[in-house]
Amino acid sequence: MAPVTVGVIIDIDEKRYAGHAGATPVTALRNLRARVAPSEFCVITGPSGCGKTTLLNLIAGLDRDFAGLVNFEPSPVPRIGYVFQSPRLLPWRTVRDNIALVLPRNADRAGLDALLTEIGLADAADAYPSRLSGGMARRAALARAFAIAPNLLLMDEPFLSLDAPAAERLRRLLLRLISTRPATVLFVTHDLAEAIDLADRILVLSAAPGRVVAEMPIAVPREKRREPEILATLRAELARLAGHPIEPCILNGAGVGSAVP
Amino acid sequence: MVGVPVSLAGRVVSLLSLLVAWQAAAWLVHSRLFPGAGAVLGTLAEEAIHGDLLHQLGATLARVTIAFALAMTIGTVIGIAMARSRTIDTLLDSGVVLLLNLPALVIAVLLYVWFGLTEAAAIGAVTLSKLPTVVVTLREGARTLDRDLGDMAKSFRLSTWRTLRHVVLPQLSPFFLIASRTGLALIWKIVLVVELLGRPDGIGYAIQVFFQLFDIRRLIAYALAFVAVVLAVEWGILQPLERRLTRWRR
Repeated sequence: MAPVTVGVIIDIDEKRYAGHAGATPVTALRNLRARVAPSEFCVITGPSGCGKTTLLNLIAGLDRDFAGLVNFEPSPVPRIGYVFQSPRLLPWRTVRDNIALVLPRNADRAGLDALLTEIGLADAADAYPSRLSGGMARRAALARAFAIAPNLLLMDEPFLSLDAPAAERLRRLLLRLISTRPATVLFVTHDLAEAIDLADRILVLSAAPGRVVAEMPIAVPREKRREPEILATLRAELARLAGHPIEPCILNGAGVGSAVP
Repeated sequence: MVGVPVSLAGRVVSLLSLLVAWQAAAWLVHSRLFPGAGAVLGTLAEEAIHGDLLHQLGATLARVTIAFALAMTIGTVIGIAMARSRTIDTLLDSGVVLLLNLPALVIAVLLYVWFGLTEAAAIGAVTLSKLPTVVVTLREGARTLDRDLGDMAKSFRLSTWRTLRHVVLPQLSPFFLIASRTGLALIWKIVLVVELLGRPDGIGYAIQVFFQLFDIRRLIAYALAFVAVVLAVEWGILQPLERRLTRWRR
């Protein structure tokens, strides 16, 4: 059965982190409003510390302590596949068991094996996460998110700290998976080249407290985005919106520097 | 926590050299109060077949097992509760510190005075002596639970049971192992004191009797049988269990 993807209506008035033990309280998000259409690939970018991870956690329901609302339509309860900034695999379970863990007990094992093969994990299925390379661990996290047949995917810099070719391969894999398993995607990255490569639409957040300061829909088909002139135009446009220039590097996607939420 | 595993051959050699040194010392001293290894091992076999060594050993082991199970279960529950709730932590902390510093002998004497020389008082005393270290260890473990993995479990909507079994308990297992090992080491010792003070059977009781009779050969034989069981549990149960639980690390 094809899962019906969901739209997300984000209406956050304020998210504050109370300052414990004398620390000053921090407002992470304020007046952040956005609508994400069903099946849209929405990339969220912005300066470090602007609350991108916080936003995903609010949408995932991990943190309900905020003023405002996050709604989903048509189904009010989405099936969320979350790919975190680090793979967050259970070190004491094999790759296969890590993924089986999030499935219902009577889930179809053949489907899981097919997914593992598709994601390139068939040989690593019985390995413990400590044996995996960074790229393989991220594949496993991706497989776990897709295993539950999500209609909403939350991805928090999922290809951070991979070398450029590995990140590139995983981006291709992601697009391939999405094409056969439709889902709405909210993808956080601070790498503008990666944003251009993947997005239907890019939302640019301000520095903390984060809110949407610009948005850029990209109508150019993905295959054409690598043509030099088109790429240069898109980049210049995005850099202008994001308020800072992009380094003149070729599309590499490998995150540089730290991206603390 | 994890020692370098000693090979079987290494263990046999070290055990044999100990026996030889013991026998040699006994020859040198040549006293009824310091029997040699041969004499003691002979007595050990004799007591196991015809005497009541096995009966006494069984009584002690039963107490150890019950007290250990009680202390681990209650201690784990209290420890996790204290890590989870600040209120419970504040409420129970002084009690834990008090128990931690109260000598086992005092606990045993008090319980015998208050509840009579009963089995319940004996097991209660051993359990209470062990309880605070379990609480403190598991509280420490539960405080270090990985929030990221907790969030993962929550975002994928894992049931409480699955989260506990696959996410929480594996993180606690090293602490559980520490508590088990230090716990057994402690309980072995306390249980003998408790038996010596107020029980009509068990290795502790037997040792008291042999002490009064100055029967050092039997005294050492009984103690040795007890130590052998302790080592068997350590090598046969705890170490394999530890290897199994930490398999994923390698």
